[in-house]
Amino acid sequence: MFSDIELDALKEIGNIGAGNAATALSLLLSNKIRMNVPKVAIIPFDDVSNSVGGPENLVAGIFMRITGDISGNILIVIPKEKACNLVNCLLKQKPGEYGFSEMEESALVEVGNIVASSYIVALSDFTRLSMKISVPSFAYDMAGAIFSFPLSLYGYMGDTAFLIETEFAEGIDDINFHFFLIPDDDSLKVLLKAIGVSSFD
Amino acid sequence: MIETVRVGMAEYKVAKSPSVLVSLGLGSCVGVALYESTKKIGGLAHIMLPDSSLSSKKDFNPGKFADTAIDMMIKDMVKNGVDPRKLIGKIAGGAQMFQIKSDSNIMQIGRRNVEAVRSKLALLNIKIISEDVEGNFGRTIEFDCETGELTIKTIGHGIKKI
Repeated sequence: MFSDIELDALKEIGNIGAGNAATALSLLLSNKIRMNVPKVAIIPFDDVSNSVGGPENLVAGIFMRITGDISGNILIVIPKEKACNLVNCLLKQKPGEYGFSEMEESALVEVGNIVASSYIVALSDFTRLSMKISVPSFAYDMAGAIFSFPLSLYGYMGDTAFLIETEFAEGIDDINFHFFLIPDDDSLKVLLKAIGVSSFD
Repeated sequence: MIETVRVGMAEYKVAKSPSVLVSLGLGSCVGVALYESTKKIGGLAHIMLPDSSLSSKKDFNPGKFADTAIDMMIKDMVKNGVDPRKLIGKIAGGAQMFQIKSDSNIMQIGRRNVEAVRSKLALLNIKIISEDVEGNFGRTIEFDCETGELTIKTIGHGIKKI
């Protein structure tokens, strides 16, 4: 479906977004943030949750819709324990056993918002495409259930999931989360064209 | 030995007693369980979207959509000797995991999936005898082909048998 050059270009797009997001996150947490080289995953819908512990693993999810010259979805997934560490790092309080308080949830959403915004700003600057993101929405549940909504949106267009995934980690407080950019099918072509790499018309 | 058959997103599978059909972590997806009690044959479809007419491509996996997945699964069950007139249905899932303020009903996939499954089964004269749908939480479901019982497990919303 995509050539190697196109896949590399999409990885690079992910890298530019994620690099900026890592800087913002590092300022927020006043610590070093590590990120991996973004992966472009073209995998069965059912395999998507494997990278965050499988479909039944309890995770926090922050969802945002991208609109503008390109459209798509952003999903940030934080496994339970790492989400608790993140809350603890931000608010200096340990979340209870049964989920997050309103304040704790709002702290997680704000981190998601900052990370996604800096990702999109860098992407928009680089591609000269206008894009904006919706107000973030939060859920705390099984990973499979968290993924089902953005994957279903993509399901109208394809039989396999298409994701650009970056993992961020902070070592001191043991924080780790996964950032998924899921561009709508037609937006992939727009993205590739914007950076001059495209075999499409 | 009881065999557990995993039914992934956009898949459907048919099994005989004593197998148990399982779908993990349903969110907006809907699990459609069909059962023929005399032969103890069950089918479980893990559908993602309401209607195949919404597909942007002509070539697609029929397991994704309520209408096509149910048709294909029943065909499979008939191949296994099931009389479609004896089928009963149970459904679970169709949650709205994220509360998104949007006028577009494309965002309410869960509820639309449930509606599509209900009308498809009504069209085929298959009665839904029990259901556990919508809400804002995920569900793991286990469909026991021996008893026809559908067990629903959640995080924080208990366990239910329907």
